[in-house]
Amino acid sequence: MKKRYLIPALFILSVISLFVGVSSISPLDLLDFQSEETQIFLISRLPRLVAILLAGAGMSMAGLIMQQLSRNKFVSPTTAGTLDATRLGILVSMLMFANASMIEKMAVAFVFALAGTFLFMQILNRIKFKDAIFIPLVGLMFGNILSSITTFFAYRADVIQNMSAWLQGDFSMVMKGSYELLYISVPVFIIAYLYANRFTVAGMGEDFSKNLGLKYRSIVNIGLTLVALITATVVLTVGVIPFLGLIIPNIVSIFKGDHLQKTLPHTAMLGAIFLLLCDILGRVLIYPYEISISLMVGVIGSFIFLFLLFRRKAYA
Amino acid sequence: MIQVRELSKLYGKKQVVENVTVDIQRGQITSFIGPNGAGKSTLLSMVSRLLDADTGEVLIDSTNTKKMKSNELSKRVSILKQSNFMNVRLTIRELVSFGRFPYSKGRLNDEDEKMVDQAIAYMDLAEMEHAYLDELSGGQRQRAFIAMVIAQDTDYVLLDEPLNNLDMKHSVQIMKILRRLVDELGKTVIIVLHDINFASVYSDRIVALKNGRVVKDGPTEEIIQSAALKEIYDMDIPIQQMNNCRICVYFNS
Ligand SMILES: Nc1ncnc2c1ncn2[C@@H]1O[C@H](COP(=O)(O)OP(=O)(O)OP(=O)(O)O)[C@@H](O)[C@H]1O
Ligand SMILES: [Mg+2]
Repeated sequence: MKKRYLIPALFILSVISLFVGVSSISPLDLLDFQSEETQIFLISRLPRLVAILLAGAGMSMAGLIMQQLSRNKFVSPTTAGTLDATRLGILVSMLMFANASMIEKMAVAFVFALAGTFLFMQILNRIKFKDAIFIPLVGLMFGNILSSITTFFAYRADVIQNMSAWLQGDFSMVMKGSYELLYISVPVFIIAYLYANRFTVAGMGEDFSKNLGLKYRSIVNIGLTLVALITATVVLTVGVIPFLGLIIPNIVSIFKGDHLQKTLPHTAMLGAIFLLLCDILGRVLIYPYEISISLMVGVIGSFIFLFLLFRRKAYA
Repeated sequence: MIQVRELSKLYGKKQVVENVTVDIQRGQITSFIGPNGAGKSTLLSMVSRLLDADTGEVLIDSTNTKKMKSNELSKRVSILKQSNFMNVRLTIRELVSFGRFPYSKGRLNDEDEKMVDQAIAYMDLAEMEHAYLDELSGGQRQRAFIAMVIAQDTDYVLLDEPLNNLDMKHSVQIMKILRRLVDELGKTVIIVLHDINFASVYSDRIVALKNGRVVKDGPTEEIIQSAALKEIYDMDIPIQQMNNCRICVYFNS
């Protein structure tokens, strides 16, 4: 879990990702700027790589911030209803504006992601029984309720076809012109890093924060806003990627602890590496077809999640 | 000086702290004693502004705490609560470094690092400073939190039952360190203690609470008296003089 290993791994996987695919491209082809290969490279391969890196880093960081602020290792966009709220937001934007533009969808999805996450945090505050496992279960139920509402209205409005694009994460559709919204997450990453110490303090509780003169409420609000921004951009551009925000921060925490200023960069990198790996595997396993990324992450991720659960039990 | 003026706190219909007025002198150790549920923790939380009082006010060196910025206050008053359960994976050193947060916001300069080193050394934690909190014993963790409060370097240090979980050796060690903080560095320590013998041996003043009210407030020798203790605890506690210490023999009262 050292940067010395993470950075080369990230680099090598990125290169592999650029040159794996249905139409074979070799680095030499790129020398001819006019060639078809170069065009594919620029329109499809490169955007795909950038999207994977940003989405992987973003979802992992979002998960880390949520875990810190909720003081629960199993809270993440997947297990707190954030992803489901975002999808409901996208549906609402589609029903509200015919042919909603990307920005309109983004705005509504963001508001819903934020509202959903806040609602979950409110529920969390009300629950007396703060068992580490019980809380994510409540979050999953909350997410499922939102999800059924989405499905119900999507059927009624006959937009279930359009919605399904956001149900499952998929990088094969990422192209120049469709993913640029993800760049919003770059300034969000920077802000998250600048606030890393405050998030760490807030993660130690309200009284602890107040003793150190930290405005607890506003830090929590800022953190959740960042989470909602990242989630909304990722879901809109590549779809739902489950589990990433859950497993990556937990793995990093085991090795590096919870000092966010130290672990945030590792979390972002490991998230990107993991997603890249899943994407490359998904592309080569049933070549020339593709296994969708959310399926890959879902299968591998749920195993790791189970492993983390049992590991926790062994400790407790 | 901390002046507590007619402070009250109501939970539902229950008056948990009732019209408490006390002055806490600078450069002294003031112990708060009293039975479980007397309102000691609630009072300390209100003094350090973790909790809003229903009525009354707290003045710190003549300034109302309500008028102070939270960051300013955190450089003047620190508090360690009674229970510090948290499942955050930080090393001792990382935790103690957060004591400097009011000054550095996390970017520690050389002076901050020096304060952190000092606090860790004070608490005898140097050889385990890179151990994670969740892998420590309860007493070691408690010492790490006290080290953090020392690193915070405030004039007023409020500690709610800091001897919880500590063995005899470390209890004595911590009380001696608190004494040094007061005698050498001129700090003011306000501490909640259940073991009245520690209160008797180490504090300058004792304030006794019962049912949310101050029932006794005075120099240690005046409070460590069988009659006064009877009033506070409803127990007959004989007192023995030993090597200049007044020891309460309450084990078979
Ligand atoms: N959040 C709360 N809601 C309702 N009642 C409370 C709350 N906190 C404390 N109390 C009540 O206030 C009273 C005083 O509590 P407090 O914690 O201040 O006592 P204490 O003197 O510190 O006791 P101990 O020695 O056991 O720590 C108790 O009766 C307690 O039940
Ligand atoms: Mg108490």
